[in-house]
Amino acid sequence: MASVLAFQNLTLGYDRHPAVHHLSGEIGEGALLAVVGPNGAGKSTLLKGIVGVLSPLGGKISRNGVNAQDIAYLPQIAEIDRSFPISVFDLVAMGLWKHAGLLGGIGKADREKITIAIEAVGLRGFEHRPIGTLSGGQMQRALFARLLLQDARVILLDEPFASLDSKTVSDLLELVHRWHGEKRTVVAVLHDFELVKQHFPEALLLAREPVAWGNTAQTLSAENLLKARRMSEAFDDLAGICEDAA
Amino acid sequence: MYDLFIAPFAEFDFMRRALAGVIILSLSAAPIGIFLMLRRMSLAGDVMAHAILPGAALGFLVAGLDLFAMTVGGIAAGVTVAVAAGLVARFTELKEDAALAAFYLVSLALGVTLISLKGSNVDLFRVLFGSVLALDNATLLVIASFTTFSLFALALIWRPLVLECVDPGFLRSVSGSGTMVHLLFLALVVLNLVAAFHALGTLLAVGMMMLPAAAARFWTQDVTRMAAYSVLIGVVSGVGGLLVSFHFNLPTGPAVILTAGIFYALSVVLGPVGGLRKRLSPGRHLEA
Repeated sequence: MASVLAFQNLTLGYDRHPAVHHLSGEIGEGALLAVVGPNGAGKSTLLKGIVGVLSPLGGKISRNGVNAQDIAYLPQIAEIDRSFPISVFDLVAMGLWKHAGLLGGIGKADREKITIAIEAVGLRGFEHRPIGTLSGGQMQRALFARLLLQDARVILLDEPFASLDSKTVSDLLELVHRWHGEKRTVVAVLHDFELVKQHFPEALLLAREPVAWGNTAQTLSAENLLKARRMSEAFDDLAGICEDAA
Repeated sequence: MYDLFIAPFAEFDFMRRALAGVIILSLSAAPIGIFLMLRRMSLAGDVMAHAILPGAALGFLVAGLDLFAMTVGGIAAGVTVAVAAGLVARFTELKEDAALAAFYLVSLALGVTLISLKGSNVDLFRVLFGSVLALDNATLLVIASFTTFSLFALALIWRPLVLECVDPGFLRSVSGSGTMVHLLFLALVVLNLVAAFHALGTLLAVGMMMLPAAAARFWTQDVTRMAAYSVLIGVVSGVGGLLVSFHFNLPTGPAVILTAGIFYALSVVLGPVGGLRKRLSPGRHLEA
């Protein structure tokens, strides 16, 4: 399995404080990887680093033959302003950015694609609803439709199933499996260990520093989870400079 | 009918210029107001409007009531304050609203002081409340070119601007244009405020931006339509305000803004999207 993403002694963070500390490893093409760990463990930060929104404080991320356009990113739903006056159709249409850009037209074929994506996530009939009227589950479905349109080789999901009901979760998981079947690389930040064990063959357990990475059952062993839980959540304001650089 | 609506414009040259001025202003100021509102930056717009004053006042000190000097001064001061307020909010403990309030008070005081150094109360009145009825060709041309530029620029950044508001994380993942777009947007705000400043003065300039936008919010849940409605409300307020001021002999700038204010009040009460009427008598609940 060729690797699409590789981390070499990667440190990501804010104001020089590390949020992901000394991470090394590779994500293979077509991997279905769950990133788990306690709150503040650096999971979302890692995704932001992969997308390129955050530059490494140390080490590096190599994207092997993958450019920014090949990566689709689902932000945490809390980061989206749902009071903004925009319809489901227009929100989903943003998935065509790669192809339409600033000024490109959205033609008839594109409109069809958008409609198909909206139907695929079970939101037929909601096209012209303002996003402010959607429930949490419907909103997440709309965002998955946008991911479908992005048609990317690497898909990053930040807490895609947070506070969704089981029907929505299983519908969306079906899409994740479909992507996996299409040999796309999927990296998802998740909290539900049962769900991870059932659906994700590979897992990365982060507690700022990587605790374990590999086969899900081994990664999520009781011993590893205990180790992860011991991570202290707060940054140390008095922390010295980390000398453990490469 | 003719006497009421057409005659003032047909008979008086200055009314025709004023008419052109308010219509052109609305075309770009109102949609920009929509984005200020949706980004929760209404107060920032107000501050920038005041910030123009000391710059225009400096221009006035140097060159008197000179269009070019006051325009350049206004733009320079507007941009400076936009950047400075942003920096203070980002890099110090002061929250943005407090930083903005500080800039706005200082700008206003400084501007009034500078004007008073050389000018009379008439000049002061003119920069504070504008002179819609005294727009000359050169000023109209400045307003029109700013509007034209703004409309093209707005068309160019429309998509990333919308994305930046709804889902900034997604925009950053697909395009590095976020910061550029934000800066260009702020520049457009300043340009339009300077244009409006010539017609409505520093205290009322932001009115043509925010009142039509705030009113349009109550009529639709689609940002494109909202922008169109805001332009319509702006144009109607402008024309209505001119007529009211003409027939009742009221000061023109305030009449235009008051008319826009009436549209705003009507929208708050009657608007189908979150208006008071719907809230007070929602009707019986539906079946599904």
